[in-house]
Amino acid sequence: MTAVAPLALPAAFQPSNVDYLAILPLLIVFGAALVGVLVEAFAPRERRHVIQVGLAVVGLLGAAVAIIPAAGHQGVTMGLADGSTNRQMFALAVDGPALFMQGTIVLMGVLGILTMAERFGGTGPDAFTPSGASTPGSANETAAARAGALTSEVFPLTMFAIFGMMLFPTTNDLIGMFVALEVLSLPLYILSGLARRRRLLSQEASLKYFLLGAFSSAFFLFGTALLYGYAGSVYFGDLSRAIASGPLAMNGLLLPGAFLVFVGLLFKVGAVPFHAWTPDVYQGAPTPVTGFMAACTKAAAFGAILRLAYVGLDTGRWEWTNALVLVALLTMVVGAVLSVTQTDMKRLLAYSSIAHAGFILVGVLAFDRKAIGAVLFYLVAYGFATIAAFAIVSLVRQNGAEATHLSQWAGLGKRYPVVAGAFAFLMLAFAGIPLTSGFVSKFAVFSAAVGTGGATGTVLAVVGVVCSAITVFVYARVIVLMFFSDAPDDAVEVVTPSVSTTFSIAIGTLVTLALGVLPSALLDLADRASQFVR
Amino acid sequence: MNSYVPILFMLGLGFAFAALSVFTSLVVGPKRYNRAKLEAYECGIQPTPHAAGGGRVPIKYYLTAMLFIIFDIESIFLYPFAVAFNKLGLFALVEMVLFILTVFIAYAYVWRRGGLEWD
Repeated sequence: MTAVAPLALPAAFQPSNVDYLAILPLLIVFGAALVGVLVEAFAPRERRHVIQVGLAVVGLLGAAVAIIPAAGHQGVTMGLADGSTNRQMFALAVDGPALFMQGTIVLMGVLGILTMAERFGGTGPDAFTPSGASTPGSANETAAARAGALTSEVFPLTMFAIFGMMLFPTTNDLIGMFVALEVLSLPLYILSGLARRRRLLSQEASLKYFLLGAFSSAFFLFGTALLYGYAGSVYFGDLSRAIASGPLAMNGLLLPGAFLVFVGLLFKVGAVPFHAWTPDVYQGAPTPVTGFMAACTKAAAFGAILRLAYVGLDTGRWEWTNALVLVALLTMVVGAVLSVTQTDMKRLLAYSSIAHAGFILVGVLAFDRKAIGAVLFYLVAYGFATIAAFAIVSLVRQNGAEATHLSQWAGLGKRYPVVAGAFAFLMLAFAGIPLTSGFVSKFAVFSAAVGTGGATGTVLAVVGVVCSAITVFVYARVIVLMFFSDAPDDAVEVVTPSVSTTFSIAIGTLVTLALGVLPSALLDLADRASQFVR
Repeated sequence: MNSYVPILFMLGLGFAFAALSVFTSLVVGPKRYNRAKLEAYECGIQPTPHAAGGGRVPIKYYLTAMLFIIFDIESIFLYPFAVAFNKLGLFALVEMVLFILTVFIAYAYVWRRGGLEWD
């Protein structure tokens, strides 16, 4: 009945073949996260913050270095090859796109950690609360502070999330993908509820994210079950072969299975109609977490979508492409149109991120090696700009609290030209103006769509360009507001960040500029990294 | 279609059993109510609403339950490992030590942060 023979248990135990060099970056990040938990348990309180930040940054940079030897050990690993049935049962596929995404996530993770570590010279509190259930300034909070409650747990949590994100595009089977999905999601649910200010909003965001995320995980699992029913295996190679040779009568399992698995992944990137959580969570979560989440989760989830679409379900793509085309169209249009009506900076950036997810989907749907490179480039460009943009949002304050309403940003450019200038530049990058990374990335995905996507690709690219034009209006409005209108009487101030946030903003902005002026190096790297192993 | 008949039968049997159990306990069971019995079952937490704007709910039950899950999972993996230990060899032993070490880190964290103290 099924195309693949059911798994026969071997008589003797065979240990998995594990290429430890290939998975070294993953092991380093996971190890750093575990050591972080031990630091949380044993290190003296007053030094914990410094140790955690140092450990996280060193771990992430170590993982980034370890990607170089891992690149020499590409291939499938962690599993067995069954000689009799010619099946490859490997849980991980360490290949170009996986390593490219791992490197991107690790480097953006460094910037994310540095913005989360911001304590304004060690005197001010950071963006997190150690005692979320207490009212700010209440006796409960004083008691928690006296008991020594700290916020440095955010760093191990972030490291576990980064580990899950690195694993996500590397997994070679549906179960591993699900585990990676949960490992990256669970810390993010907690992190988004830890805001020091506006706690109820933050906790509401956390709960919404958790409930909807659990819901989408259930979709993913149900789809996995159906696909297993279709192919008799959860490995992407088996799945692809089963679809190529499988009976059409079984489409009743294949199509719902494919759709449900895609729902689980599209939820994570915030594609319409699975986007409802995005504005609320982006607004409610502590701003450094929002930046980290927007950049790294998107990169990880699109890496997973690429693998599923190009390796696991590639042979059946005539069946499910149309649904994804519809999702891409809706995502671009809804993200662009609704971003026009936003009055809150974080919500505006959230809807902009939805629109960007749509643009990236256009690249995914071009089904070409060039398109993979374009999508990888887009994720780098968007991620670095996003982390820097949210880091700047966290600096604009009124009475110590973040001033996220658009009207509060009026006249910012006249009083703080450097910060507002950097933000305006990032807005131009989101809009896709030439000499920014946004232009190159949009050009790359749209030209891939026109080049190899056929008539559908052309339609998608045209809609994408129109939606880009709509979002240009939104970003231009922010720039006009900052530079050409007068500041209100109760004007906001831009607090001076410590060196860590300054570094994040500077690197994010510089990368945005560099990728706009000299994109060829990274485009080449992304293009060379665009070959999936099977 | 015939293959679904056992499922339908099982479904009917399940409903019948539930209905029968509820009905029997209504008829046969003694009805001696006290205050604790009339409360909604909430794992020992007082289910009455807390004062507006700042009531706190003790979460020690949940902490204990989560701690239990850590060791629950550990023992679930230890059983098949112990049964097949002779066949598995050194590789599996090392893997198991790594697994237990990881779980132990969670335990050390809970211990140091006061998760084992009841009050």
